[in-house]
Amino acid sequence: MPLPRLIPCLDVAGGRVVKGVKFQGLRDVGDPIELGAAYSDAGADELVFLDVKATVDERQTLVELVRGVAGRLAIPFTVGGGVRSVADADALLEAGADKVGVNSAALARPELVTELASRLGSQAVVVAIDAEGGKVRSHAGTTATGRDAAEWAREAEARGAGEILLTSIDADGTRAGYDLALTATVADAVDVPVIASGGAGNARHVADALGVAQAALLASILHEHPARLVTLRTELRDLGVNVRWS
Amino acid sequence: MNVAICEYGAGNVRSVTLAFERLGARIVDDVRAADLAVLPGVGAARAAMDGLRASGHDAALRERMAAGKPVLGICLGLQLALEHTEEDGGVEGLGLLPGRAHRLREGRVPRMGWADVEGRGAFYFAHSYAADTPCATAWSEGVVAEARHGSFVGVQFHPEKSGAAGARFLEAECLSLA
Repeated sequence: MPLPRLIPCLDVAGGRVVKGVKFQGLRDVGDPIELGAAYSDAGADELVFLDVKATVDERQTLVELVRGVAGRLAIPFTVGGGVRSVADADALLEAGADKVGVNSAALARPELVTELASRLGSQAVVVAIDAEGGKVRSHAGTTATGRDAAEWAREAEARGAGEILLTSIDADGTRAGYDLALTATVADAVDVPVIASGGAGNARHVADALGVAQAALLASILHEHPARLVTLRTELRDLGVNVRWS
Repeated sequence: MNVAICEYGAGNVRSVTLAFERLGARIVDDVRAADLAVLPGVGAARAAMDGLRASGHDAALRERMAAGKPVLGICLGLQLALEHTEEDGGVEGLGLLPGRAHRLREGRVPRMGWADVEGRGAFYFAHSYAADTPCATAWSEGVVAEARHGSFVGVQFHPEKSGAAGARFLEAECLSLA
């Protein structure tokens, strides 16, 4: 088994990194290119970039941002938000992304996952699932779908998803710990790697998440001090988690 | 030094380009004439093989091998260089080295993340298939991490995505050609 991964996540809107709590009250926390480079230098195992507004007219802005961030990275780079077609995914990969994340468009038309996997390979297709009370919500959490998170994860895997990025809306930005029950349920339902997201507040939370998932997404606890990633890694090793020693 | 990166309609060409540019290499188009030809690897096997044939890179790479000129295969690039891969119902490879690629059957697949390559530290892997070849020269958790045959070297990990460790690997390969 590869080492458990620590993955800083940059939520991007209007060309800036933003962060909210439970998907609400987004505030500006920095420049995407500077933060991306800082995380890479601080030993991030991967980087995720989510366009949380994902408006059609901002697509080109996003692609250019990806180009800028990718130019500064030598670690895997996943980009999601507003990916609706194979052409959208191709544009992101051409700009330097290694994987694309899909969410609402895949819920609306699950065949998109199949199309992306056959074109890009499963390893480049991350299906992002936002869940509240175990149920999937789409469109940045604004729309109930009624689908069960584990059941949708299983379908996504069957359609060729190479990873599941599971965000608990209940835990997002609270710094009160990951939703371990939800994460374990989804991780048990699939054989692809699962990235736990939402709720990291301290090293113990991250260690617990890495006990049930293969990677932990980090946002709120890092953005004000990207160097926190370095101390977090040390704290995790002290807790017995075998994270990469970069 | 001149490096040609085979473009075949799929693959993370930009990541590989950036990695070599950081080392001071000049990126050129001519796969036959370059000091080093790189077969990058992201994508699905059948589409990639079709793309290699359509672009003529398959013939160019075979010519390089016959002439003893260096070729570096990365991830899917290593698998496509073998004689056959199980992916997509079975696809004939380039046959640059003996062996076949099989689907991984243990652990979570895709095997995704940083894993130790014996004695060299951690590199980034993202794969569902792995090489089975008599030419293996390094392993990672029982998986072939590197294979060498004639002027070919293939790696299952992604040096262009493996931070400082990956850059050191690429630099050593480039220096060995100088």
